[in-house]
Amino acid sequence: MKGWMGKTKALLLFTMLTLFLTACGKENLTALAPKGYGAESSMNLIILTTLIMVGVFVVVMIIYVIALVRFRRKKGQEDYIPKQVEGNHTLETVWTIIPIVLVLIMGVPTVIATFDLADTSNASEHLNVEVTGNQYWWHFNYDGEEIVTSQDLYIPTGERVYLNMMSSDVIHSFWVPTISGKMDVNPENVNTMYIEAYEEGVYWGKCAELCGPSHSLMDFKVIAVSPEEFDQWVSDMQAVDPEEEPQDTVAQEGKELFEANNCMACHAIGSSPAAIGPNLTNFGDRTTVAGILEPTKENLVDWIMDPESIKPGNKMTGAYPSISEEEANSIAEYLLQLKPSEITPESAGN
Amino acid sequence: MSNAATQKRALSAVLWDYLTTVDHKKVGILYLIGGGFFFLLGGLEALIIRIQLIKPENDFISAGLYNEMITMHGTTMIFLAATPLLFGLMNYIMPLQIGARDVAFPFLNALGFWLFFSGGILLNCSWFLGGAPDAGWTAYAPLSIQSPGHGTDFYVMGLQLSGAGTLMSGINFLVTIVSMRAPGMTYMRMPLFTWTTFVTSVLTLFAFPALTVGLFLLMFDRMFGSAFFDVALGGNSVIWQHLFWIFGHPEVYILILPAFGVFSEILPTFSKKRLFGYSAMVFATFLIAFLGFMVWAHHMFTVGLGPVANSIFAVATMAIAVPTGIKIFNWLFTMWGGSIVINSAMLWALAFIPSFTIGGMTGVMLGSNVADYQYHDSYFVVAHFHYVIVGGVVFALLAACHYWWPKMFGRILHEGMGKLAFWTFFIGFHLTFFIQHFLGLMGMPRRYWVFLENQGLDTGNLISTIGAFFMTFGTLVFLVNIVYTAIKGEKAPADPWDARTLEWTIASPPAFYNFKQLPLVRGLDPLWIEKTEGNGKMTPAEPLDEIHMPNGSILPLIMTVGFFTASFGFIYQTDHKAWLIAVYAGMALAIGCMVIRSLKDDHGFHISKEELEREAD
Repeated sequence: MKGWMGKTKALLLFTMLTLFLTACGKENLTALAPKGYGAESSMNLIILTTLIMVGVFVVVMIIYVIALVRFRRKKGQEDYIPKQVEGNHTLETVWTIIPIVLVLIMGVPTVIATFDLADTSNASEHLNVEVTGNQYWWHFNYDGEEIVTSQDLYIPTGERVYLNMMSSDVIHSFWVPTISGKMDVNPENVNTMYIEAYEEGVYWGKCAELCGPSHSLMDFKVIAVSPEEFDQWVSDMQAVDPEEEPQDTVAQEGKELFEANNCMACHAIGSSPAAIGPNLTNFGDRTTVAGILEPTKENLVDWIMDPESIKPGNKMTGAYPSISEEEANSIAEYLLQLKPSEITPESAGN
Repeated sequence: MSNAATQKRALSAVLWDYLTTVDHKKVGILYLIGGGFFFLLGGLEALIIRIQLIKPENDFISAGLYNEMITMHGTTMIFLAATPLLFGLMNYIMPLQIGARDVAFPFLNALGFWLFFSGGILLNCSWFLGGAPDAGWTAYAPLSIQSPGHGTDFYVMGLQLSGAGTLMSGINFLVTIVSMRAPGMTYMRMPLFTWTTFVTSVLTLFAFPALTVGLFLLMFDRMFGSAFFDVALGGNSVIWQHLFWIFGHPEVYILILPAFGVFSEILPTFSKKRLFGYSAMVFATFLIAFLGFMVWAHHMFTVGLGPVANSIFAVATMAIAVPTGIKIFNWLFTMWGGSIVINSAMLWALAFIPSFTIGGMTGVMLGSNVADYQYHDSYFVVAHFHYVIVGGVVFALLAACHYWWPKMFGRILHEGMGKLAFWTFFIGFHLTFFIQHFLGLMGMPRRYWVFLENQGLDTGNLISTIGAFFMTFGTLVFLVNIVYTAIKGEKAPADPWDARTLEWTIASPPAFYNFKQLPLVRGLDPLWIEKTEGNGKMTPAEPLDEIHMPNGSILPLIMTVGFFTASFGFIYQTDHKAWLIAVYAGMALAIGCMVIRSLKDDHGFHISKEELEREAD
């Protein structure tokens, strides 16, 4: 009977906690409703440590409240001198031993999970992506696939993807809260982590290490699609012909301007591994302009005309002579029709 | 007319007195004024940060200025507000608690203050000279190396100056406690505030040199073309993080241990009971300090140090919960069975227990490194360290102000205003920071100039900003209270709280020589022993005799001006070599002062027996 009650209570508590937590935040940004392996590992430990700590807090507060209510000086007690207690060995031993036990209960699963998440021995059997952090954008180079993207990282669901991360300038930190905890992207060494998304979706990614004025604008996306869709996307991306002429005349003009203004010195279209500026191969399918703006033509024109007003401190400002709005419009038209694949963020079910 | 002239003379005399003082009480007050000034400045920066984050995509301040704000808020609060305010308290109270007439090195004490203060001023000069530092208070390389302008140079030189001052004070307190305790004041009879001062000083002694080294390397990189942290030239930027946190984590304990000391004085006094488990409290303090040096890499869980390092530092971090837990329970059982009086000082102490416990809890949660992969550098961390630093250190400072104000200034702070300030600040504090735990887990990284719309972060940030205004109001009420008390406050007797320790055996405020005759200490809580077992007065440990006191000196201030000038020279010599003149001139002035101080004998002066007899008890 008692055991049944206990279980129900535990279940109830757990359900309430889950409900409460899932109510917190946007579903593709929050760490509280994990949809990936790393985030789930973290969440298990978050729940375990929170429950233990809340338990400790409750005990502290019970003693605290009773002490305050019972032993607050009342009228007429002004001259009362309490017994001067030196201490109590039994009590002191109890509140030394119990925390040690609690630390062990939290410590052991932590160590196990640490080694699990750091295990990269099977990396060669999985998809590997070279990630480069730049002020203030992300570069993704799919190992052995001749595919390069920036800002949007496509991955297949249910599979581990190993990210080999390095920075080209200052320290950044790669964080997609809903599918995995973060790891720093250092300029001196490659840090490897793996991510695995359980469900399709467009997950928000953030830079989590102060990297300059536009640190807060260095958003990216991880787009998880089904393995079949991912394979389709890979072959579409591999089939891209960077020289292909656009259908639309304005876009054709845009392509000429793109070439005339030497945009290609930094921005590759096609699988070039160079990472001076973001790769634009599938720009038309991007979820955002510059990582933060809605992918509309107006926003793109604004961005091309005056990047500094959108992302302070970015490296594109001043890298080309000023261009007219009409020219920017043509370039935008060209870039937005770069849609090499049928697999888009919409395919991820968002 | 003549009255005005006298007043003017009196004012300049007071000013001169404070500029040349080596008296630990006046140096303590200088620390409180300096630290208080920077606390208000840091608070203003915090308010600006919160206003910027009141709604999504706000443009109250620019991205660059925002990074300057967060950098200066953190740097100011840690180095220029919390640390000096605590050092001010230690300076004033610790010698009184051990029955000493001053610290061991009064001259060094004054120099320590002036170095701290000039470092703070130097750092804040950057606001007017092309922009403040903007690489975060942690100044991670390579961002701090690349940071344009002189902002980070001011950070380096300002912290180097104030850090030297702090280190000096640490050594001074150590020597004072080791060598100047009154007869009978054995180590295990020292009040907990003195104990925590001792342990904090040990931490200062070992932690600050790591910062000094780090700052020197950063200085060489920025000003003299070395490449310690420059990856392109074979340097390593992770080294900076190690150096910074080998200092930075103990620094957290440098702040919190004296706070623990303050509460260990206030809770027994207002519970009318001796501290429960005194020896365990002392032991726990040492254990926390020791472990505090073993956990720095938990600030670096996401750096990629590997699973072995991460595991070791995770478990070591969680282990700190054990001695901290011992402390919490000992405080609770100090109250248990007591006769609890609730006034402003006690309110802050009572608010500390649940607030700090929450901060400690999230600390353990952060210690689990796999969970930290989510918390790290998010608003969860921001919430955590504000629960510890505000809920622990700031509450302790305000509690200590109410508790020791009568001793320091001879007047009791107004209770009504004290309670108003408490409740608004306390509510504002929880309003500001509790929600931030959730903001962090909902995906808001720290140091974000803006958060975007439709990310579910709007409400939380709005609540947080409202809380900040409550805290501001509470702070302003406290300031009004100070002014009111200075003018109309109730005069304080020597022992207004029916307290237990030596500082309450002498007048409020104390005579400049503190103790006419050094007291004989018969046990822990010496005044309480005399009240319950004796006649309520300390037995003198020596006959009334001449007292030897040190002379004041302007040299610490002049020496500091020298270092200050040299620092400017170092910063600007990268622009033009002519600035090297400032380096040489400043260093010559500083070294000249050292030579004078070394060669010129200053034997101090004696207060004659007759003069002491004339003064009333």
